[in-house]
Amino acid sequence: MSLIRKPLNRRSILRAGALGGTALAMPTILTSRAWAQGYLNEPTGSTVTLGFNVPQSGPYADEGADELRAYELAVEHLNGEGDGGMMNTFSSKALKGSGILGKKVEYVTGDTQTKSDAARASAKSMIEKDGAVMITGGSSSGVAVAVQALCQEAGVIFMAGLTHSNDTTGKDRRANGFRHFFNSYMSGAALAPVLKNAYGADRKAYHLTADYNWGYTTEQAVKESTEAMGWETVETVKTPLAATDFSAYITPVLQSDADVLVLNHYGGNMVNSLTNAVQFGLRDKVVNGKNFEIIVPLYSRLMAKGAGENVKGIFGSTNWHWSLQDEGSKAFVQSFGQKYGFPPSQAAHTCYVQALLYADACERAGTFNPCGVVEALEGFEFDGLGNGKTLYRAEDHQCFKDVLVVKGKENPTSEFDLLEIVEVTPVEQVTYAPDHPQFAGGALGTCNSGA
Amino acid sequence: MDAILLQILNGLDKGSAYALIALGLTLIFGTLGVVNFAHGALFMIGAFCAVTLSRLLSLSYTTIDPERTDFLGNPLKVETPYVEAWFGPETGAAIIDWSVPLGILFSIPIMAFIGLAMERGLIKYFYKRPHADQILVTFGLAIVLQEIIKYFFGANPIPTPAPDVFAGSFDFGAMIGMDPNVIIYPYWRIVYFLFAAVIIGGVFAFLQYTTFGMVVRAGMADRQTVGLLGINIDKRFTVMFALAAVVAGLAGVMYAPINSPNYHMGMDFLVLSFVVVVVGGMGSLPGAVLAGFVLGILESFASMAQVVSLLPGINQIIIYLVAIVILLTRPRGLMGRKGVMES
Repeated sequence: MSLIRKPLNRRSILRAGALGGTALAMPTILTSRAWAQGYLNEPTGSTVTLGFNVPQSGPYADEGADELRAYELAVEHLNGEGDGGMMNTFSSKALKGSGILGKKVEYVTGDTQTKSDAARASAKSMIEKDGAVMITGGSSSGVAVAVQALCQEAGVIFMAGLTHSNDTTGKDRRANGFRHFFNSYMSGAALAPVLKNAYGADRKAYHLTADYNWGYTTEQAVKESTEAMGWETVETVKTPLAATDFSAYITPVLQSDADVLVLNHYGGNMVNSLTNAVQFGLRDKVVNGKNFEIIVPLYSRLMAKGAGENVKGIFGSTNWHWSLQDEGSKAFVQSFGQKYGFPPSQAAHTCYVQALLYADACERAGTFNPCGVVEALEGFEFDGLGNGKTLYRAEDHQCFKDVLVVKGKENPTSEFDLLEIVEVTPVEQVTYAPDHPQFAGGALGTCNSGA
Repeated sequence: MDAILLQILNGLDKGSAYALIALGLTLIFGTLGVVNFAHGALFMIGAFCAVTLSRLLSLSYTTIDPERTDFLGNPLKVETPYVEAWFGPETGAAIIDWSVPLGILFSIPIMAFIGLAMERGLIKYFYKRPHADQILVTFGLAIVLQEIIKYFFGANPIPTPAPDVFAGSFDFGAMIGMDPNVIIYPYWRIVYFLFAAVIIGGVFAFLQYTTFGMVVRAGMADRQTVGLLGINIDKRFTVMFALAAVVAGLAGVMYAPINSPNYHMGMDFLVLSFVVVVVGGMGSLPGAVLAGFVLGILESFASMAQVVSLLPGINQIIIYLVAIVILLTRPRGLMGRKGVMES
């Protein structure tokens, strides 16, 4: 089999040359048009284009689909359609339901496939071809870090979706990137006191950790905060991201003298490792005179659904949950539920909020210029978006807000009612210094407007 | 000692799955000479047969309970499965509970049909093409099948529990007189191992003791001569393709409670199953089964914390490492015959 079917001749060489030349010239043509203005992709017509970069295929496709629903709802609300959702409860009143700065909001979508290179390619295409002035989305820290760096280089704003690794606003932070979602450190800080109350201060923990950057920062965060209250860490084992059967990793836990298993896993990893752990009878075990316990630091309702019965009674943390009773959450659940027929996930919530926060920052700054938006978001304090009073800290572009500690519900009343909120950990307890060792080694740099 | 015993047990269920998939791959390769990269997808479809049946059995009608409310504050819609309404709550619940074992019966005709359709509709056009073409087309088919499943069932894993009687685990250590609570093994994994043993035994018996099986074996050894004797060997090989699909499907159905099925579970098993086939010896059925269990158990050993701390990353490469060593010392694999893929 051969890819070149015909012998090379003058015509085919000319044709290939012409095509190649056009292809090479293309990015320059596009960027030169964009660069002629004050900043990259300045909207000149009556519309502004946002780029929603979410996993539409691959293992996180269900999260991605929920994120996209949230973005579509946000665009509706920004353009003055629907019931307005959280715009009615948002403490900033800059948004009027007339688009952003009078321009109607339009959007393009890209598929990250939960792969860094594919995510960068789709973000690049949305910036260069579709003229997106802001990129948002993502269901993986690896992807978020990669796309954030790309947006910084290109000169557009990146509003991160679901990304929980410390690195996103730690060693890989960027001036053009902002994260509303909480992080590994906050999970550890919120969980530790609840765990101490429930299981005591004298425990031996065994960690199984997904072998990539989110796994490492989560393991470190939970390890440090539980050790600080007296727990001992017996063993930490990295598991390959592609692993599906965790029995070979679970059985050594049975033989250690650990009495707690911490699963630093997310997505399919978490569903499988938790299912295996329960199958191997870990939860029925008594070690050192105590009941054996399992902990999942980052919970999501979609994954709780995948693990079924096995999540009952298991502690974890989450950014937001639809059963919250504040006005913002209620408004969001109402408008999302009316439109789609089921409650939103935490991924949907953070994405919806990020879209609103971006639009609001543009309104307050009076421009889409990334440097103006950065200035408007830095140090911005707001309320009414579901997590209580929140601060977008200027030093690292991380949101500081209350964190939820949740537990798998023993008697769910519906297929959505899988987690119960055990405690709303106040923001003070999860706040850390910008130069905290778990976040050290990064610098924001200066904002880039692409000009 | 107990750690070793535990890892052998652990390797058994995974090895069973490898052996069942590799058995089907070898059957197809031995009879039709086709390298079938869509075989993992057949395993995955098997698992989704279990999911589908459990969904069909749980089909419900809706009644409105004005006493309770849903998340939007509207009256709660209560779902009652039809089977519970027809057979009474207890029998109905038991039927739903046993959906995975019932899935065996449900999946056989479906898998046989898919196997036949695949062979007649696509693969038969590739018999005379090079192996590279066969790999490309079957790999493409696997991706199509995956995406179809993802379209209907979503990307997240779907919990498909075993019947309640098999839930939980038993203390294997205490049974054989060791310390209690050290060697614990889930019931369902033992069921899976026994099930695999029965299926493997059944396939061997079929090939060994039936006239049909005898003709197929003769055809595997010398297709031309069997053809010259006036036997339509192609038709029988098509049936063997369907049989291989059923074996992969059954492996998938019973695997559903071990790991919640998702659309790419087939790919996770496929590559390793090919290594199993090559290590066992191309075209050798006992070799495929033996290599399946050996590699499953080795993989378990390599995942032990003690081993990984000595040789980091060994758990991810052990199978390939062993494959290299075996192929260097025995180029035809453990039980490979002379002349297969060597002409």
